[in-house]
Amino acid sequence: MVEITDIFEIKDFSIYYGDFMAVKNITLNIEANKITAIIGPSGCGKSTLLRSLNRMNDLILSSRVEGQVLFQGVDIYHKDTDVIELRRRVGMVFQKPNPFPSSVYENVAYGPKIRGVKRRSQLDEVVENALVRADLWEEVKDKLNESGLSLSGGQMQRLCIARSLAQQPEVLLFDEPTSALDPISTANIENLLQELQKTITIVIVTHNMQQAARISNYTVFMYLGELIEFGDTDTIFVNPQNKLTEEYITGRFG
Amino acid sequence: MRWQTKERAVEIIVSSVGLISVLVLLLIGFFLFKEAFYIFYKVGVLKIIFGMDWYPTYDPPSFGMFPLIMGTFAVTALTAIMAIPLGLGTAVYIAEVANHRVKEILKPLIEMLASFPSVVLGYFGMVVIAPILSNWLSPILSEKLPELLRSTNIPFISTTLAGLCYDKLFISSGLNITTAALMLTIRAIPVIASIAEDALTAVPRTYREASYSLGADKWETIWRVVIPASVSGLSVAVILGIGTIIGETMIVLMVAGGAAVVPHWMFDPARPMPAAIAAEMGEAPYRSLHYHALFGVCALLFLITFVLSLISDFISKKYRSVKIGEKA
Repeated sequence: MVEITDIFEIKDFSIYYGDFMAVKNITLNIEANKITAIIGPSGCGKSTLLRSLNRMNDLILSSRVEGQVLFQGVDIYHKDTDVIELRRRVGMVFQKPNPFPSSVYENVAYGPKIRGVKRRSQLDEVVENALVRADLWEEVKDKLNESGLSLSGGQMQRLCIARSLAQQPEVLLFDEPTSALDPISTANIENLLQELQKTITIVIVTHNMQQAARISNYTVFMYLGELIEFGDTDTIFVNPQNKLTEEYITGRFG
Repeated sequence: MRWQTKERAVEIIVSSVGLISVLVLLLIGFFLFKEAFYIFYKVGVLKIIFGMDWYPTYDPPSFGMFPLIMGTFAVTALTAIMAIPLGLGTAVYIAEVANHRVKEILKPLIEMLASFPSVVLGYFGMVVIAPILSNWLSPILSEKLPELLRSTNIPFISTTLAGLCYDKLFISSGLNITTAALMLTIRAIPVIASIAEDALTAVPRTYREASYSLGADKWETIWRVVIPASVSGLSVAVILGIGTIIGETMIVLMVAGGAAVVPHWMFDPARPMPAAIAAEMGEAPYRSLHYHALFGVCALLFLITFVLSLISDFISKKYRSVKIGEKA
Protein backbone atom coordinates (compact mmCIF):
# COMPACT_ATOMS: atom_id res chain seq x y z
CA MET A 1 0.00 0.00 0.00
CA VAL A 2 1.17 3.49 -0.80
CA GLU A 3 1.78 5.59 2.24
CA ILE A 4 -0.46 8.62 2.34
CA THR A 5 1.76 11.62 2.80
CA ASP A 6 -1.00 14.13 2.11
CA ILE A 7 -2.90 14.21 5.38
CA PHE A 8 -5.55 16.58 4.00
CA GLU A 9 -6.88 16.54 0.47
CA ILE A 10 -9.15 19.47 -0.22
CA LYS A 11 -11.16 19.05 -3.41
CA ASP A 12 -13.28 21.71 -5.13
CA PHE A 13 -14.11 23.02 -1.72
CA SER A 14 -16.31 26.07 -1.13
CA ILE A 15 -17.72 27.61 2.04
CA TYR A 16 -20.74 29.87 2.20
CA TYR A 17 -21.98 32.15 4.96
CA GLY A 18 -25.59 32.56 3.96
CA ASP A 19 -25.32 33.76 0.38
CA PHE A 20 -21.76 34.98 0.74
CA MET A 21 -19.14 32.68 -0.73
CA ALA A 22 -16.19 33.00 1.64
CA VAL A 23 -14.01 30.28 0.15
CA LYS A 24 -14.22 29.58 -3.54
CA ASN A 25 -13.53 26.21 -5.13
CA ILE A 26 -10.25 25.42 -3.49
CA THR A 27 -8.25 22.34 -4.32
CA LEU A 28 -5.20 21.80 -2.16
CA ASN A 29 -3.21 19.01 -0.53
CA ILE A 30 -1.56 19.40 2.83
CA GLU A 31 1.44 17.23 3.50
CA ALA A 32 1.88 15.38 6.77
CA ASN A 33 4.53 16.48 9.26
CA LYS A 34 5.15 19.77 7.51
CA ILE A 35 4.21 23.32 8.28
CA THR A 36 1.82 24.83 5.78
CA ALA A 37 1.18 28.55 6.06
CA ILE A 38 -1.89 30.28 4.70
CA ILE A 39 -1.36 33.97 3.97
CA GLY A 40 -3.43 36.68 2.38
CA PRO A 41 -5.08 40.01 3.18
CA SER A 42 -7.85 40.35 5.77
CA GLY A 43 -11.13 38.82 4.71
CA CYS A 44 -9.59 36.55 2.09
CA GLY A 45 -11.11 33.46 3.69
CA LYS A 46 -7.92 32.01 5.14
CA SER A 47 -9.28 31.62 8.67
CA THR A 48 -12.52 30.22 7.29
CA LEU A 49 -10.59 27.62 5.31
CA LEU A 50 -8.50 26.75 8.37
CA ARG A 51 -11.57 26.37 10.58
CA SER A 52 -13.21 24.08 8.06
CA LEU A 53 -10.42 21.53 8.57
CA ASN A 54 -11.79 20.51 11.97
CA ARG A 55 -15.32 21.71 11.30
CA MET A 56 -15.20 24.61 13.73
CA ASN A 57 -17.30 26.46 11.15
CA ASP A 58 -20.20 24.22 12.15
CA LEU A 59 -20.64 26.55 15.11
CA ILE A 60 -21.65 29.36 12.76
CA LEU A 61 -25.27 28.66 12.01
CA SER A 62 -25.50 30.06 8.50
CA SER A 63 -22.40 28.31 7.16
CA ARG A 64 -22.49 25.47 4.67
CA VAL A 65 -19.94 23.81 2.45
CA GLU A 66 -19.60 22.27 -1.00
CA GLY A 67 -16.95 19.86 -2.17
CA GLN A 68 -14.79 17.56 -0.11
CA VAL A 69 -12.15 17.65 2.56
CA LEU A 70 -10.45 14.29 2.98
CA PHE A 71 -8.59 13.71 6.23
CA GLN A 72 -6.41 10.63 5.83
CA GLY A 73 -8.59 9.65 2.93
CA VAL A 74 -11.91 10.04 4.75
CA ASP A 75 -14.39 12.79 3.92
CA ILE A 76 -14.84 14.84 7.10
CA TYR A 77 -18.06 16.40 5.82
CA HIS A 78 -19.72 13.03 5.36
CA LYS A 79 -22.84 12.74 7.50
CA ASP A 80 -21.40 9.82 9.49
CA THR A 81 -18.27 11.70 10.51
CA ASP A 82 -17.68 11.79 14.25
CA VAL A 83 -16.96 15.51 14.68
CA ILE A 84 -15.88 15.02 18.29
CA GLU A 85 -13.24 12.49 17.24
CA LEU A 86 -12.17 14.71 14.34
CA ARG A 87 -11.60 17.69 16.64
CA ARG A 88 -9.61 15.54 19.01
CA ARG A 89 -7.32 14.48 16.18
CA VAL A 90 -7.23 17.91 14.56
CA GLY A 91 -6.74 20.48 17.30
CA MET A 92 -6.86 24.23 17.10
CA VAL A 93 -5.08 27.17 18.69
CA PHE A 94 -6.69 30.56 18.40
CA GLN A 95 -5.57 34.11 17.76
CA LYS A 96 -6.16 35.36 21.26
CA PRO A 97 -4.90 33.06 24.01
CA ASN A 98 -8.06 31.59 25.52
CA PRO A 99 -7.23 29.48 28.56
CA PHE A 100 -10.22 28.49 30.67
CA PRO A 101 -10.60 30.47 33.91
CA SER A 102 -9.25 27.54 35.88
CA SER A 103 -5.84 26.32 37.00
CA VAL A 104 -2.95 25.54 34.66
CA TYR A 105 -3.37 21.86 35.47
CA GLU A 106 -7.13 21.83 34.87
CA ASN A 107 -6.65 23.60 31.55
CA VAL A 108 -4.35 20.90 30.23
CA ALA A 109 -6.34 18.07 31.82
CA TYR A 110 -9.59 19.24 30.25
CA GLY A 111 -9.26 17.23 27.05
CA PRO A 112 -8.14 13.97 28.68
CA LYS A 113 -10.92 14.30 31.26
CA ILE A 114 -13.68 14.58 28.70
CA ARG A 115 -12.07 11.66 26.92
CA GLY A 116 -12.66 9.66 30.09
CA VAL A 117 -9.21 9.58 31.69
CA LYS A 118 -9.89 9.48 35.42
CA ARG A 119 -6.83 8.13 37.18
CA ARG A 120 -4.92 10.94 38.79
CA SER A 121 -1.50 9.43 38.05
CA GLN A 122 -2.37 9.03 34.40
CA LEU A 123 -3.68 12.60 34.20
CA ASP A 124 -0.53 13.89 35.91
CA GLU A 125 1.56 12.16 33.29
CA VAL A 126 -0.47 13.48 30.36
CA VAL A 127 -0.39 17.01 31.76
CA GLU A 128 3.35 16.95 32.34
CA ASN A 129 4.04 15.52 28.88
CA ALA A 130 1.89 18.10 27.18
CA LEU A 131 3.47 20.97 29.12
CA VAL A 132 6.95 19.67 28.34
CA ARG A 133 6.13 19.40 24.66
CA ALA A 134 4.73 22.93 24.70
CA ASP A 135 8.00 24.10 26.29
CA LEU A 136 6.13 25.45 29.30
CA TRP A 137 6.84 22.84 31.98
CA GLU A 138 9.90 24.53 33.45
CA GLU A 139 8.05 27.81 33.84
CA VAL A 140 4.85 26.48 35.41
CA LYS A 141 5.78 23.25 37.20
CA ASP A 142 5.62 25.05 40.56
CA LYS A 143 2.32 26.78 39.87
CA LEU A 144 0.14 24.13 38.32
CA ASN A 145 -2.66 25.11 40.66
CA GLU A 146 -2.57 28.79 39.84
CA SER A 147 -5.04 30.30 37.42
CA GLY A 148 -4.23 29.90 33.76
CA LEU A 149 -5.18 33.55 33.40
CA SER A 150 -2.35 34.63 35.70
CA LEU A 151 0.31 33.70 33.12
CA SER A 152 1.86 36.12 30.63
CA GLY A 153 0.41 36.35 27.12
CA GLY A 154 3.06 34.13 25.58
CA GLN A 155 2.77 31.60 28.38
CA MET A 156 -1.00 31.55 28.01
CA GLN A 157 -0.66 30.81 24.32
CA ARG A 158 1.78 27.96 25.07
CA LEU A 159 -0.69 26.74 27.69
CA CYS A 160 -3.35 26.63 24.97
CA ILE A 161 -0.94 24.68 22.78
CA ALA A 162 -0.27 22.27 25.66
CA ARG A 163 -4.01 21.91 26.17
CA SER A 164 -4.38 20.86 22.55
CA LEU A 165 -1.32 18.58 22.71
CA ALA A 166 -2.81 16.71 25.65
CA GLN A 167 -5.32 15.27 23.19
CA GLN A 168 -2.44 13.84 21.16
CA PRO A 169 -3.66 15.38 17.92
CA GLU A 170 -2.21 14.46 14.56
CA VAL A 171 -2.75 17.96 13.20
CA LEU A 172 -2.71 21.34 14.91
CA LEU A 173 -4.38 24.31 13.26
CA PHE A 174 -3.09 27.73 14.29
CA ASP A 175 -5.20 30.80 13.63
CA GLU A 176 -2.76 33.74 13.80
CA PRO A 177 -1.34 32.43 17.07
CA THR A 178 1.17 35.22 17.60
CA SER A 179 -0.73 38.29 16.46
CA ALA A 180 -1.53 39.23 20.08
CA LEU A 181 2.01 38.58 21.35
CA ASP A 182 5.24 40.53 21.75
CA PRO A 183 8.29 39.71 19.56
CA ILE A 184 10.04 37.52 22.17
CA SER A 185 6.95 35.43 22.87
CA THR A 186 6.43 35.20 19.13
CA ALA A 187 9.94 33.84 18.64
CA ASN A 188 9.31 31.26 21.38
CA ILE A 189 6.13 30.10 19.70
CA GLU A 190 7.83 29.91 16.32
CA ASN A 191 10.62 27.75 17.73
CA LEU A 192 8.02 25.59 19.37
CA LEU A 193 6.14 25.10 16.09
CA GLN A 194 9.30 23.96 14.37
CA GLU A 195 9.95 21.52 17.18
CA LEU A 196 6.38 20.18 17.06
CA GLN A 197 6.50 19.78 13.31
CA LYS A 198 8.72 16.71 13.81
CA THR A 199 5.76 14.81 15.20
CA ILE A 200 2.62 16.51 13.98
CA THR A 201 1.28 18.35 10.96
CA ILE A 202 0.83 22.08 11.35
CA VAL A 203 -1.34 24.45 9.37
CA ILE A 204 -0.95 28.09 10.32
CA VAL A 205 -2.82 31.18 9.21
CA THR A 206 -0.70 34.25 9.59
CA HIS A 207 -0.76 37.92 8.75
CA ASN A 208 2.95 38.09 9.21
CA MET A 209 4.70 37.21 5.96
CA GLN A 210 8.13 37.01 7.58
CA GLN A 211 6.68 34.44 9.93
CA ALA A 212 5.40 32.36 7.04
CA ALA A 213 8.79 32.66 5.33
CA ARG A 214 10.69 31.75 8.49
CA ILE A 215 8.84 28.68 9.63
CA SER A 216 6.74 27.11 6.89
CA ASN A 217 7.58 24.45 4.33
CA TYR A 218 4.67 25.30 2.09
CA THR A 219 2.76 28.50 1.60
CA VAL A 220 -0.75 29.07 0.35
CA PHE A 221 -1.66 32.55 -0.85
CA MET A 222 -5.35 33.38 -0.87
CA TYR A 223 -7.15 36.44 -2.16
CA LEU A 224 -10.90 37.16 -2.03
CA GLY A 225 -11.71 33.56 -1.21
CA GLU A 226 -9.66 32.09 -4.02
CA LEU A 227 -6.42 30.17 -3.89
CA ILE A 228 -4.03 32.24 -5.94
CA GLU A 229 -0.81 30.33 -5.47
CA PHE A 230 0.43 27.33 -3.58
CA GLY A 231 3.91 25.92 -3.40
CA ASP A 232 7.21 25.63 -1.60
CA THR A 233 7.64 28.55 0.74
CA ASP A 234 10.99 29.33 -0.86
CA THR A 235 9.50 29.41 -4.34
CA ILE A 236 6.55 31.55 -3.27
CA PHE A 237 8.73 34.12 -1.57
CA VAL A 238 11.71 34.14 -3.94
CA ASN A 239 10.08 33.46 -7.24
CA PRO A 240 6.30 33.88 -7.13
CA GLN A 241 4.54 32.79 -10.27
CA ASN A 242 1.51 35.02 -9.89
CA LYS A 243 1.61 38.79 -10.08
CA LEU A 244 -0.86 39.16 -7.20
CA THR A 245 1.32 37.00 -4.95
CA GLU A 246 4.34 39.07 -5.78
CA GLU A 247 2.50 42.31 -5.09
CA TYR A 248 1.23 41.01 -1.75
CA ILE A 249 4.51 39.65 -0.46
CA THR A 250 6.40 42.73 -1.49
CA GLY A 251 3.89 44.77 0.48
CA ARG A 252 2.23 46.61 -2.35
CA PHE A 253 -1.18 45.80 -0.90
CA GLY A 254 -2.56 43.96 2.06
CA MET B 1 -21.23 82.61 29.64
CA ARG B 2 -24.79 81.52 28.75
CA TRP B 3 -24.01 77.85 28.04
CA GLN B 4 -22.02 77.52 31.25
CA THR B 5 -24.93 78.70 33.37
CA LYS B 6 -27.17 76.33 31.49
CA GLU B 7 -24.80 73.44 32.12
CA ARG B 8 -24.61 74.34 35.78
CA ALA B 9 -28.41 74.46 36.03
CA VAL B 10 -28.80 71.04 34.42
CA GLU B 11 -26.19 69.63 36.77
CA ILE B 12 -27.95 71.00 39.84
CA ILE B 13 -31.35 69.71 38.72
CA VAL B 14 -30.13 66.22 37.88
CA SER B 15 -28.08 65.82 41.04
CA SER B 16 -30.87 67.07 43.29
CA VAL B 17 -33.31 64.61 41.72
CA GLY B 18 -30.80 61.85 42.42
CA LEU B 19 -30.20 63.11 45.93
CA ILE B 20 -33.91 63.28 46.71
CA SER B 21 -34.46 59.59 46.03
CA VAL B 22 -31.42 58.61 48.07
CA LEU B 23 -32.54 60.92 50.87
CA VAL B 24 -36.07 59.53 50.87
CA LEU B 25 -34.70 55.99 51.08
CA LEU B 26 -32.42 56.92 53.94
CA LEU B 27 -35.28 58.60 55.79
CA ILE B 28 -37.49 55.56 55.35
CA GLY B 29 -34.71 53.35 56.68
CA PHE B 30 -34.17 55.67 59.62
CA PHE B 31 -37.88 55.81 60.40
CA LEU B 32 -38.17 52.04 60.11
CA PHE B 33 -35.41 51.37 62.62
CA LYS B 34 -36.53 54.16 64.92
CA GLU B 35 -40.03 52.72 65.17
CA ALA B 36 -38.70 49.18 65.43
CA PHE B 37 -36.20 50.00 68.16
CA TYR B 38 -38.88 50.58 70.78
CA ILE B 39 -40.25 47.04 70.75
CA PHE B 40 -36.80 45.46 70.95
CA TYR B 41 -35.97 47.82 73.78
CA LYS B 42 -39.22 47.14 75.61
CA VAL B 43 -39.46 43.35 75.20
CA GLY B 44 -35.90 42.26 74.54
CA VAL B 45 -34.21 41.09 71.34
CA LEU B 46 -33.96 37.39 72.23
CA LYS B 47 -37.53 37.21 73.51
CA ILE B 48 -38.73 38.66 70.24
CA ILE B 49 -36.63 36.65 67.83
CA PHE B 50 -36.94 33.31 69.63
CA GLY B 51 -40.33 33.84 71.25
CA MET B 52 -42.77 31.15 70.17
CA ASP B 53 -45.99 33.08 70.63
CA TRP B 54 -47.20 35.78 68.34
CA TYR B 55 -50.31 37.03 70.15
CA PRO B 56 -50.08 40.76 69.55
CA THR B 57 -53.65 41.57 70.58
CA TYR B 58 -53.96 39.41 73.68
CA ASP B 59 -53.85 40.80 77.15
CA PRO B 60 -51.01 40.73 78.02
CA PRO B 61 -49.71 40.62 74.43
CA SER B 62 -46.86 38.39 73.31
CA PHE B 63 -44.54 39.36 70.47
CA GLY B 64 -42.52 36.22 69.73
CA MET B 65 -41.60 36.45 66.05
CA PHE B 66 -40.13 32.99 65.73
CA PRO B 67 -43.25 31.50 64.05
CA LEU B 68 -43.23 34.33 61.51
CA ILE B 69 -39.52 33.93 60.84
CA MET B 70 -39.90 30.19 60.46
CA GLY B 71 -42.93 30.73 58.22
CA THR B 72 -40.81 32.83 55.90
CA PHE B 73 -37.97 30.33 56.14
CA ALA B 74 -40.17 27.31 55.37
CA VAL B 75 -41.91 28.95 52.43
CA THR B 76 -38.60 30.22 51.07
CA ALA B 77 -36.87 26.86 51.39
CA LEU B 78 -39.72 24.97 49.72
CA THR B 79 -39.81 27.50 46.91
CA ALA B 80 -36.05 27.44 46.46
CA ILE B 81 -36.08 23.66 46.03
CA MET B 82 -38.40 24.07 43.05
CA ALA B 83 -37.48 27.47 41.68
CA ILE B 84 -33.69 27.17 41.60
CA PRO B 85 -33.47 24.05 39.38
CA LEU B 86 -36.36 25.20 37.22
CA GLY B 87 -35.03 28.74 36.87
CA LEU B 88 -31.47 27.67 36.10
CA GLY B 89 -32.70 24.93 33.78
CA THR B 90 -34.80 27.44 31.88
CA ALA B 91 -31.78 29.73 31.60
CA VAL B 92 -29.55 26.95 30.26
CA TYR B 93 -32.24 25.97 27.79
CA ILE B 94 -32.72 29.51 26.49
CA ALA B 95 -29.04 30.42 26.42
CA GLU B 96 -27.51 27.20 25.16
CA VAL B 97 -30.02 24.80 23.68
CA ALA B 98 -32.96 26.63 22.14
CA ASN B 99 -32.56 27.62 18.52
CA HIS B 100 -32.59 31.26 17.59
CA ARG B 101 -36.29 31.55 16.84
CA VAL B 102 -37.46 29.83 20.04
CA LYS B 103 -35.08 32.01 22.01
CA GLU B 104 -36.49 35.18 20.45
CA ILE B 105 -39.96 34.21 21.68
CA LEU B 106 -39.10 32.60 24.99
CA LYS B 107 -36.83 35.24 26.48
CA PRO B 108 -39.33 38.14 26.33
CA LEU B 109 -42.05 35.75 27.47
CA ILE B 110 -40.09 34.81 30.59
CA GLU B 111 -39.38 38.44 31.29
CA MET B 112 -43.07 39.24 30.95
CA LEU B 113 -43.82 36.56 33.50
CA ALA B 114 -41.67 38.52 35.94
CA SER B 115 -44.01 41.49 35.67
CA PHE B 116 -47.10 39.38 36.30
CA PRO B 117 -49.04 41.01 39.19
CA SER B 118 -48.52 38.82 42.24
CA VAL B 119 -52.08 39.40 43.40
CA VAL B 120 -53.21 37.51 40.31
CA LEU B 121 -50.92 34.63 41.21
CA GLY B 122 -52.25 34.72 44.76
CA TYR B 123 -55.83 34.71 43.53
CA PHE B 124 -55.10 31.82 41.19
CA GLY B 125 -53.51 29.88 44.04
CA MET B 126 -56.48 30.58 46.26
CA VAL B 127 -59.29 29.62 43.87
CA VAL B 128 -57.59 26.98 41.71
CA ILE B 129 -54.57 25.37 43.35
CA ALA B 130 -55.83 25.30 46.95
CA PRO B 131 -59.13 23.47 46.11
CA ILE B 132 -57.23 21.03 43.89
CA LEU B 133 -54.93 20.21 46.79
CA SER B 134 -57.60 19.80 49.46
CA ASN B 135 -60.48 18.34 47.43
CA TRP B 136 -58.70 16.24 44.88
CA LEU B 137 -55.11 15.50 45.84
CA SER B 138 -55.74 14.96 49.54
CA PRO B 139 -58.34 12.14 49.15
CA ILE B 140 -56.07 10.38 46.67
CA LEU B 141 -52.96 10.64 48.80
CA SER B 142 -54.43 10.11 52.25
CA GLU B 143 -57.25 7.63 51.48
CA LYS B 144 -56.78 5.82 48.17
CA LEU B 145 -53.03 5.46 48.51
CA PRO B 146 -53.10 3.97 52.05
CA GLU B 147 -55.89 1.61 50.97
CA LEU B 148 -53.80 0.45 48.07
CA LEU B 149 -50.77 0.03 50.30
CA ARG B 150 -52.74 -1.94 52.91
CA SER B 151 -54.08 -4.28 50.26
CA THR B 152 -50.54 -5.27 49.28
CA ASN B 153 -50.16 -7.12 52.61
CA ILE B 154 -46.43 -6.60 52.52
CA PRO B 155 -45.04 -5.97 55.99
CA PHE B 156 -44.00 -2.39 56.68
CA ILE B 157 -45.57 -1.12 53.43
CA SER B 158 -49.10 -2.22 54.34
CA THR B 159 -48.78 -1.04 57.91
CA THR B 160 -46.28 1.66 58.73
CA LEU B 161 -46.07 3.32 55.34
CA ALA B 162 -49.83 3.25 54.84
CA GLY B 163 -50.34 4.82 58.25
CA LEU B 164 -47.76 7.45 57.47
CA CYS B 165 -49.54 8.38 54.23
CA TYR B 166 -52.83 8.56 56.08
CA ASP B 167 -51.37 10.89 58.68
CA LYS B 168 -49.05 13.03 56.65
CA LEU B 169 -50.66 13.37 53.25
CA PHE B 170 -54.01 14.55 54.54
CA ILE B 171 -54.37 18.16 53.48
CA SER B 172 -56.87 19.83 55.78
CA SER B 173 -56.68 23.16 54.03
CA GLY B 174 -55.41 24.03 50.58
CA LEU B 175 -54.05 27.26 51.99
CA ASN B 176 -50.67 26.08 53.21
CA ILE B 177 -46.97 26.55 52.59
CA THR B 178 -46.90 24.15 49.65
CA THR B 179 -49.51 26.14 47.77
CA ALA B 180 -47.64 29.31 48.63
CA ALA B 181 -44.37 27.77 47.47
CA LEU B 182 -45.92 26.68 44.15
CA MET B 183 -47.13 30.21 43.46
CA LEU B 184 -43.88 31.76 44.66
CA THR B 185 -42.01 29.43 42.32
CA ILE B 186 -43.88 30.91 39.39
CA ARG B 187 -42.92 34.31 40.75
CA ALA B 188 -39.24 33.44 41.20
CA ILE B 189 -38.51 31.45 38.04
CA PRO B 190 -38.49 34.46 35.71
CA VAL B 191 -36.24 36.42 38.08
CA ILE B 192 -33.72 33.60 38.32
CA ALA B 193 -33.98 32.55 34.66
CA SER B 194 -33.58 36.04 33.28
CA ILE B 195 -30.48 36.96 35.32
CA ALA B 196 -28.94 33.51 34.87
CA GLU B 197 -29.52 33.65 31.14
CA ASP B 198 -27.64 36.95 30.95
CA ALA B 199 -24.79 35.41 32.92
CA LEU B 200 -24.56 32.38 30.61
CA THR B 201 -24.73 34.50 27.49
CA ALA B 202 -21.92 36.70 28.83
CA VAL B 203 -19.47 33.78 28.83
CA PRO B 204 -16.99 34.64 26.05
CA ARG B 205 -17.36 32.74 22.80
CA THR B 206 -13.64 31.95 22.99
CA TYR B 207 -14.22 29.58 25.95
CA ARG B 208 -16.76 27.62 23.98
CA GLU B 209 -14.51 27.58 20.92
CA ALA B 210 -11.63 26.26 23.00
CA SER B 211 -13.82 23.53 24.42
CA TYR B 212 -15.27 22.46 21.09
CA SER B 213 -11.85 22.50 19.45
CA LEU B 214 -10.68 19.99 22.06
CA GLY B 215 -13.39 17.57 21.06
CA ALA B 216 -15.94 18.35 23.75
CA ASP B 217 -19.59 18.00 22.89
CA LYS B 218 -22.30 20.49 23.70
CA TRP B 219 -23.15 19.11 27.14
CA GLU B 220 -19.54 18.81 28.21
CA THR B 221 -19.00 22.39 27.10
CA ILE B 222 -22.05 23.63 29.01
CA TRP B 223 -21.33 21.59 32.11
CA ARG B 224 -17.57 21.94 32.36
CA VAL B 225 -16.90 25.35 30.82
CA VAL B 226 -19.93 27.61 30.48
CA ILE B 227 -21.50 26.96 33.88
CA PRO B 228 -18.24 27.18 35.89
CA ALA B 229 -17.31 30.37 34.03
CA SER B 230 -20.65 31.97 34.88
CA VAL B 231 -21.01 30.61 38.39
CA SER B 232 -20.85 34.06 39.97
CA GLY B 233 -23.66 35.34 37.77
CA LEU B 234 -25.67 32.22 38.45
CA SER B 235 -25.26 32.65 42.21
CA VAL B 236 -26.38 36.26 41.91
CA ALA B 237 -29.45 35.03 40.02
CA VAL B 238 -30.25 32.55 42.78
CA ILE B 239 -29.71 35.06 45.59
CA LEU B 240 -31.85 37.73 43.95
CA GLY B 241 -34.49 35.08 43.28
CA ILE B 242 -34.51 34.17 46.97
CA GLY B 243 -34.66 37.86 47.86
CA THR B 244 -37.76 38.19 45.71
CA ILE B 245 -39.37 35.21 47.44
CA ILE B 246 -38.62 36.51 50.93
CA GLY B 247 -40.05 39.96 50.23
CA GLU B 248 -43.06 38.76 48.24
CA THR B 249 -46.15 39.72 50.22
CA MET B 250 -49.38 39.29 48.31
CA ILE B 251 -48.98 35.61 47.50
CA VAL B 252 -48.13 34.51 51.03
CA LEU B 253 -50.82 36.76 52.45
CA MET B 254 -53.43 35.10 50.26
CA VAL B 255 -52.43 31.45 50.20
CA ALA B 256 -50.01 30.60 53.02
CA GLY B 257 -52.86 30.01 55.48
CA GLY B 258 -52.04 32.75 57.96
CA ALA B 259 -51.55 30.68 61.11
CA ALA B 260 -48.80 32.16 63.28
CA VAL B 261 -47.34 28.81 64.29
CA VAL B 262 -44.07 27.20 63.29
CA PRO B 263 -44.87 24.91 60.34
CA HIS B 264 -43.68 21.35 60.87
CA TRP B 265 -44.76 19.77 57.63
CA MET B 266 -45.24 20.82 54.03
CA PHE B 267 -49.02 20.94 54.29
CA ASP B 268 -49.05 23.11 57.41
CA PRO B 269 -50.18 26.71 57.16
CA ALA B 270 -47.82 29.53 58.07
CA ARG B 271 -47.78 33.27 58.53
CA PRO B 272 -44.61 34.55 56.84
CA MET B 273 -43.27 37.94 57.92
CA PRO B 274 -44.59 40.03 55.01
CA ALA B 275 -48.05 38.48 55.41
CA ALA B 276 -48.11 39.39 59.10
CA ILE B 277 -47.15 42.97 58.35
CA ALA B 278 -49.70 43.39 55.58
CA ALA B 279 -52.51 41.73 57.47
CA GLU B 280 -52.02 43.47 60.80
CA MET B 281 -50.65 46.93 60.13
CA GLY B 282 -54.09 48.33 59.33
CA GLU B 283 -55.49 47.02 62.60
CA ALA B 284 -52.69 48.04 64.92
CA PRO B 285 -53.38 51.24 66.89
CA TYR B 286 -50.92 53.99 66.09
CA ARG B 287 -47.83 53.91 68.37
CA SER B 288 -49.12 50.85 70.24
CA LEU B 289 -46.80 47.98 71.10
CA HIS B 290 -48.33 46.00 68.25
CA TYR B 291 -47.53 48.83 65.85
CA HIS B 292 -43.90 48.87 67.00
CA ALA B 293 -43.72 45.08 66.86
CA LEU B 294 -44.80 45.14 63.20
CA PHE B 295 -42.07 47.67 62.53
CA GLY B 296 -39.74 45.20 64.20
CA VAL B 297 -40.81 42.56 61.68
CA CYS B 298 -40.24 45.11 58.90
CA ALA B 299 -36.75 45.83 60.18
CA LEU B 300 -35.86 42.13 60.31
CA LEU B 301 -37.19 41.58 56.81
CA PHE B 302 -35.27 44.58 55.57
CA LEU B 303 -32.06 43.31 57.17
CA ILE B 304 -32.43 39.88 55.56
CA THR B 305 -33.01 41.20 52.06
CA PHE B 306 -30.32 43.85 52.55
CA VAL B 307 -27.76 41.21 53.48
CA LEU B 308 -28.78 39.12 50.47
CA SER B 309 -28.29 42.01 48.06
CA LEU B 310 -24.97 42.85 49.72
CA ILE B 311 -23.80 39.28 49.12
CA SER B 312 -24.91 39.30 45.49
CA ASP B 313 -23.27 42.69 44.97
CA PHE B 314 -20.04 41.38 46.48
CA ILE B 315 -20.06 38.27 44.29
CA SER B 316 -20.71 40.14 41.07
CA LYS B 317 -18.06 42.78 41.85
CA LYS B 318 -15.46 40.25 42.83
CA TYR B 319 -15.71 38.26 39.63
CA ARG B 320 -16.56 40.97 37.15
CA SER B 321 -12.91 41.83 36.50
CA VAL B 322 -12.04 38.36 35.22
CA LYS B 323 -12.06 38.48 31.47
CA ILE B 324 -10.61 36.22 28.87
CA GLY B 325 -7.00 36.90 28.01
CA GLU B 326 -6.57 39.33 30.87
CA LYS B 327 -4.88 38.76 34.16
CA ALA B 328 -7.21 37.77 36.93
